[in-house]
Amino acid sequence: MLTIDQATYDAIVSHAKRDHPDEACGVVAGPEGSDRPERFIEMVNAAGSPTFYEFDSTDLLHLYREMDAQDEEPVVVYHSHTATEAYPSRTDIGLASEPNAHYVLVSTREHGNSEGSAEFRSYRIVDGEVTEEEVSVVPGLIGSPQHTEHN
Amino acid sequence: MAIEVRIPTILRTYTDGEKAVSGEGSNLSALIADLEASHPGLKERLVDVKDGKDDLRRFVNVYINDEDVRFIGGLGAELKDGDQVVVLPAVAGGC
Repeated sequence: MLTIDQATYDAIVSHAKRDHPDEACGVVAGPEGSDRPERFIEMVNAAGSPTFYEFDSTDLLHLYREMDAQDEEPVVVYHSHTATEAYPSRTDIGLASEPNAHYVLVSTREHGNSEGSAEFRSYRIVDGEVTEEEVSVVPGLIGSPQHTEHN
Repeated sequence: MAIEVRIPTILRTYTDGEKAVSGEGSNLSALIADLEASHPGLKERLVDVKDGKDDLRRFVNVYINDEDVRFIGGLGAELKDGDQVVVLPAVAGGC
């Protein structure tokens, strides 16, 4: 199951809507092994295409160096489909290379750049095998910076 | 002559879970051949054959001292002692 806070969920959907009809992509990083998507990072789709996405190679290196330095990993890798359903394509499956990540797919085919809900689904993709999982949207991740507890 | 090579999560099955390994070679092609000797199977994941000769796989990025090797000679990119090599699979897909 993917547990994600509302603000990050909204940020992913809003990025997908903004970049429609091109595919949008990005990462939500979190502490290694925590399974907590905490740090939202929009990436540029270097392919600039309605049918393909790819992180720019220099941006990719910077991203991984930054995550390494902070003991983070990509907890969520997201991208949008702009004319098809939010299900991993054959290419998505073939190229998925983060076995520990939640692959989030957002489809903007219904409302495009306009207001309105977008299909938001999450998958594990390991060795070419896709497993859809439940998405639980919470107000804030417990123990994360945006969730302060008082005694 | 030792060159540190950072290995991405998905390829750590070839390195006993190690995040970094060291190898040698005067260029990327030689380094990959050297790594293959100690970590069999790794080369196949980095290189494929195009028009009868080895080429880096399209969706694998290799950097030498932060430079994408595609801009500095690909498999022929020169290496020297102390260089840092990073391997990262592309994050890509399409509908």
